[in-house]
Amino acid sequence: MIVAIAVTQPQAPARQARRNSPMYRAWQRYRKNWFAVAGLIWVVIFFIIGIIGPWIAPYSYTYADFLHMHSGPSWQHWFGTDTVGYDVFSQILYSIRYALEIALGATCVSFLIGVILGLWAGLAGGIIDVIVMRAVDFMFALPSFFFALILMVLLGKGIFPMILAIGVPGWAGYARLIRSLVLAMRNGEMVEAARALGASQWHIARRYMFPNVVGSMVVSLAFGIPYDLTAQAGLSIVGMGLNPPMPSFGNMLAQAGANILGFPWLLYFPAGVFAITLLSFLFVADGLQEAFNPKGGV
Amino acid sequence: MSQPLLSIEDLRVEFDRGEDTVYAVNGVSFSIAEGETLGIVGESGSGKSVTLMSAIGLIRENGRIRSGRAMFQGTDLLKLSERQLEDIRGREIGVVFQDPMTSLNPVMRIGDQIMEAMLAHHFCSHREAFERTLQLLHEMGIPEPKARFRNYPHEFSGGMRQRIMIAIALACEPQLLIADEPTTALDVTVQMQILALLQEQRRKRNMSVAIITHDFGVATNFCDRIIVLYAGQIMEVADTGTFLRESAHPYTVGLKHSIIEIGHRARPLQPIPGMAPTITEMPHSCSFASRCPFAAERCRSELPQLREIGSGHWVACHRAEEVLADVI
Amino acid sequence: MSSEALLEVHEVSKRFRVQGRDLHAVEKVSFQLERGQTFGLVGESGSGKSTLGRLVLKLLEATEGRIVYQGKDITRLTQKQMRPLRQEMQIIFQDPMASMSPRMTIGMAIEDAMVIHKMGTKEERHKKVDELLERVGLPREVKWAYPHELSGGQLQRVGIARALSLNPKLVICDEPISALDVSIQVQVIQLLRELQRDYDLTYIFISHNLAVVEYLSDVVAVLYLGEVVEQAPAEELFSRPTHPYTQVLIQSILKMPGSMEERQALTPIQGEIPSPFNPPKGCPFHPRCPLAVDRCRTTKPERRNIGPNHAVACHLAT
Repeated sequence: MIVAIAVTQPQAPARQARRNSPMYRAWQRYRKNWFAVAGLIWVVIFFIIGIIGPWIAPYSYTYADFLHMHSGPSWQHWFGTDTVGYDVFSQILYSIRYALEIALGATCVSFLIGVILGLWAGLAGGIIDVIVMRAVDFMFALPSFFFALILMVLLGKGIFPMILAIGVPGWAGYARLIRSLVLAMRNGEMVEAARALGASQWHIARRYMFPNVVGSMVVSLAFGIPYDLTAQAGLSIVGMGLNPPMPSFGNMLAQAGANILGFPWLLYFPAGVFAITLLSFLFVADGLQEAFNPKGGV
Repeated sequence: MSQPLLSIEDLRVEFDRGEDTVYAVNGVSFSIAEGETLGIVGESGSGKSVTLMSAIGLIRENGRIRSGRAMFQGTDLLKLSERQLEDIRGREIGVVFQDPMTSLNPVMRIGDQIMEAMLAHHFCSHREAFERTLQLLHEMGIPEPKARFRNYPHEFSGGMRQRIMIAIALACEPQLLIADEPTTALDVTVQMQILALLQEQRRKRNMSVAIITHDFGVATNFCDRIIVLYAGQIMEVADTGTFLRESAHPYTVGLKHSIIEIGHRARPLQPIPGMAPTITEMPHSCSFASRCPFAAERCRSELPQLREIGSGHWVACHRAEEVLADVI
Repeated sequence: MSSEALLEVHEVSKRFRVQGRDLHAVEKVSFQLERGQTFGLVGESGSGKSTLGRLVLKLLEATEGRIVYQGKDITRLTQKQMRPLRQEMQIIFQDPMASMSPRMTIGMAIEDAMVIHKMGTKEERHKKVDELLERVGLPREVKWAYPHELSGGQLQRVGIARALSLNPKLVICDEPISALDVSIQVQVIQLLRELQRDYDLTYIFISHNLAVVEYLSDVVAVLYLGEVVEQAPAEELFSRPTHPYTQVLIQSILKMPGSMEERQALTPIQGEIPSPFNPPKGCPFHPRCPLAVDRCRTTKPERRNIGPNHAVACHLAT
């Protein structure tokens, strides 16, 4: 006699299944986090500005209004102008685009290198694992900002060099994360069970490992972007970023710092936008982390 | 058996789980007499641990006690502050958990942990605590106490760690020892050692022991009296002799029949159908009715109260007498 | 050696290299298994019983010895060559939750086994999933659920359904009921028995629960520190346990007595299982053995037959 067991939950099966899928439940948890939702809204706005910024900017970033140099906020120049007469509001809109290009580009570069090396180390093991992990240690021991500065000197200024300068030194964290996830799973019972079913390595990687690391990878990417945003601003502040008049948060903040006493709006607006943006990215990342891993961990 | 040492009255505990409230303990009342060994038996989710642990203030964050009293030596434990409870736990009431690895401090020498148990409660002087620790380690059957004093938990086997946990629990000469599945994680030969140790210590110290277990074999061989829990309610209470001879609750009877023991090779199995429910509504009928071969109309509409059908033999079943007649 | 043996295991050993030291997980284990039989493996933790199960399936590679499946030596097959054979040799795990991907529905998990072996069309596979779920006593709707929504007992039924989806001949049950509640354990054992009868399955049943092993098995081997100390037909082994360790194991089980007078005295044996890194000289059980004599401390007892199909590794056994 087999006793059928009543399962109370799945009633409208297909819809119920979707509603109980891990992704859907993650989204439910995310939605409950007010900070994360607010952060996400601002991040979306930020992206939109990044794309359409140049079209909505009232002035070109090369246009200097010599009649209104270092003037405060007005109807003509919402956020005021700087010492040369550039419109701060337009500068910010352009900066967002370049900042995003560089930060996203750099994060992608780090992530790609990190995933490839991390997967390689985790799956191959042995001497390759040792070499990759020692390289990771080396990268962590070296201040990555210093590394980026050296690369900028070697590569020259510009958007693409900045992407490489920030992206290349940043792979170590991703590599370590991916390796540890792969290792934990490779020796785990889920993969053993899949092997026992007769699954090939490729099938195991695609159907079992990948879906279970997506969450962690998204979270680590979400934390990587604000880090790279800061890094690109940092490079500009020390004069190793984009050349003026190419607008960037770093250039604006550097200039504002020099003129803090007379023209405070030069600091307030760029710094404010930049700070809100960073916070928003961090809130989103935190929200994602909690959504994917309600019990903590990466 | 004399007056009760700990007496739990109409305890109700609930947990938040997402949007649901899980009613983990639904009006449980029982007492532990001085010098008595009580077995609290149930399957996972029956509320067997939650009942005792919440009575001594160990309750998870998402849980709360809705009502009830837990009288211990004239004080209601449920009314005490966390500080006051800490004074009682480890001093008057010792606790042993299933997994000693998670309850021992991994970075502290085990000797220091045992001493700490005494010093924290100002049980004795530092010098005495040291002597007593060596003595306890010896009593717990840990060879070379002096050398082992300085070892860390990971340097011991599971069985030895459980002995250390027991030493900590007994350090301040408690009157009540609560052991929550103390042998579940251990191999049978080691389980036997730990149970023998507990029995020896109980006799020597004349303390009360409440052992929480899912194993009828452990409960019936070790305890004076047995309480069977199901879905947060007491199904049956009886002294072990009565329990063995004439258990009267269909759940108890069903469990007894479904245990596979050595020598059962040719016997057909008689499993209890279905599975234990998670109680997310206050029960208004018998929680076991859906799995019960004796269930009648009344069982599905009326909550059976615990009632005494023999001396000290309490059953929460409308049809206990009929069940008993069937069994005998 | 009978020719119809489904599985033959010859002197199989497994040593792990851990931090420069050899861990003897399995030492020269031999047995053979006929179709439709159940071979029980009992032992305490660290006895190597789970490792042995994985060696048979070649989820781990044996250090020494030979494994012959249906007359074919599979010891030296590569993982790739093993894959088609895996259809016939399946495993049921102790913790079904850990053995399933949390991101696959139950239906996907069961179907995936058939996808791997390119069995049937999509419709046929879905139909088979429904049939299997019904066969293991679960409603069809379960296929839409994720593992976290099911109880331990339901998940174990899913684990069984997944193993059965490939129509295996040999199923290794690695502590399939240890994580379950008593009332659910019995349901699962009953299911395993029915399936064995209906599909002519051959089981290797690994458990620390002697009573359940006795109940299910035809032949039982008792493992201690990676070695078979006693092997005999189940009835024989439990009615006439000969190795002192087998006797101790059986005595250590607390049975529910019939009355207060029949309660067992709690009489433990001394000591615990020694470290497999450095097993005792002579008989591995001698430090704990109540009967040990000098010879046990110096000479390792060979396995020898003391009756038809009853083998013991003990100097004193007769």
